[in-house]
Amino acid sequence: MIEFVQLLVNGLSLGSIYALIALGYTMVFGILQLINFAHGDVYMLGAFIGMYTSRALNLGEHPSLGALLLVLAVAMAGCAAMGFLIERIAYRPLRKAPRINLLITAVGVSLFLEFAGQLVFGADPKFFPQIFSIESDFSFGELKINPLQVLVFGISIVLMTILQTIIYKTRIGRAMRAASFSHDLASLMGIPTDRVISFTFMLGSALAGAGGVLVGLIYPKIEPLMGSMMGLKAFVAAVLGGIGNVTGAVVGALILGLAESFLVGYGYPTFRDALAFALLILILILKPTGLFGTKRTEKV
Amino acid sequence: MATNETSDVVLELKNVSVKYGAIEAVRGIDFKVRKGEIVSLIGSNGAGKTTTLRAISGLVRPSGGEILHHGERISGLAPHLIVRRRISQAPEGRGIFLNLSVEENLDLGAWCAPTASSYGADLERVFDYFPRLRERRKQNAGTLSGGEQQMLAIGRALMSHPELLLLDEPSLGLAPQIIEKIFEIVTQINQAGTTVVLVEQNALQALEISHHGIVLETGAVKLQGPAAELLKSDEIRKAYLGE
Repeated sequence: MIEFVQLLVNGLSLGSIYALIALGYTMVFGILQLINFAHGDVYMLGAFIGMYTSRALNLGEHPSLGALLLVLAVAMAGCAAMGFLIERIAYRPLRKAPRINLLITAVGVSLFLEFAGQLVFGADPKFFPQIFSIESDFSFGELKINPLQVLVFGISIVLMTILQTIIYKTRIGRAMRAASFSHDLASLMGIPTDRVISFTFMLGSALAGAGGVLVGLIYPKIEPLMGSMMGLKAFVAAVLGGIGNVTGAVVGALILGLAESFLVGYGYPTFRDALAFALLILILILKPTGLFGTKRTEKV
Repeated sequence: MATNETSDVVLELKNVSVKYGAIEAVRGIDFKVRKGEIVSLIGSNGAGKTTTLRAISGLVRPSGGEILHHGERISGLAPHLIVRRRISQAPEGRGIFLNLSVEENLDLGAWCAPTASSYGADLERVFDYFPRLRERRKQNAGTLSGGEQQMLAIGRALMSHPELLLLDEPSLGLAPQIIEKIFEIVTQINQAGTTVVLVEQNALQALEISHHGIVLETGAVKLQGPAAELLKSDEIRKAYLGE
């Protein structure tokens, strides 16, 4: 029972990080029908921006919640700027091109970021400074829970709530939903769709940046290729929930996080990375639209 | 009529052509829309009616000619900039946001409204035209009937205070009594001061409420003139009114 609860907490914190990244995939897919393969690498940039910020301000020597929030804010802002630039430079010129061109470009951007990352940051793993720490575990009798995991889960929930509010309660959120239904129709309302697309990239990238910092907090070893597997898994999570669906991305990510945690905990750690892809194959066979997805009729 | 010709022309198309790839859907059409009129664009399927409206709204860029709004060139502008000039379209196929509620649809229609403060009054005006929408304001637009969806598309276009309202086949797929109702409301909207361009396959009913008619055939203007005259013309009666 104790082990079960620990694995549950583990899975939820891992799943919530997947969720932060999966949301970017699903939002960009919703608005451009593009699988933005560079998204995982934006998460990597978030981790590095976080690391360099912490180092520059010497935050590792004075860990505090304030330090963590500051680093989060800087990484999110930096990644939002990256998301904006990626869309502007790589994707916008292809707006009217066939979708496959866009997809191939996304793979190119991903490789560019990964190898430019190796060039700039160095290929060897770096240590993410401990910018926040709690000395003792939360213990309930024999049950010990790592407070960092609870914190990661809590911060993710707060960020997702903010995102939900933006999408469903604000003017720009309404414009995002309108543009994801149809660009032409949205522009007939007077909505500047290019700007809405930029905003969507910035929002998704900021969440990925937050994910990068939170991962640095619990697994403090970061390297320029870390976004590759993480990106694929978050993508699987988005497909699992139904790509294009915001709630689906969160649910899919939590399922994936929990499944991985239990798999590892109950003795099959080598299958950890295979699990995501097994799930992907299963969902594509059983319910290709994902758990929350609805089939969209193609317009003629 | 010819004396103040320039001042009351809201929209003018000069030799406008539109290509989709190698296919020329619209071939050098000319017409004018004067303030306060209802102008019908009629013609069979594939005549270029919808393409013409798309060109006016900026959704496609003309390959030749120019489109003038009060004498200023608007062809080539992005669609959202054209809406800001108070040219609003209710697109074909009821083009409404099926994933949003009725009220959210209307709200998006007001994206470019000149003043935010009139929002409440504008909403009331739309609900007065279409009381059904008031009852269903919280409902998802996808749950509306075909007629209600069309009402929503027109109501949404009104939210931006258009000077010029473009309606693309508002009667498509609707029952006769609903078509009649919609045409009646289009007349009311026009009488309240909005200039209307109406694209219709339903030529007879469209011409009956219009001041002018333009007959398109395979992308070119075949005939144009006062609606009453077109209704009397033998050629029109044979070709489009099924007589």
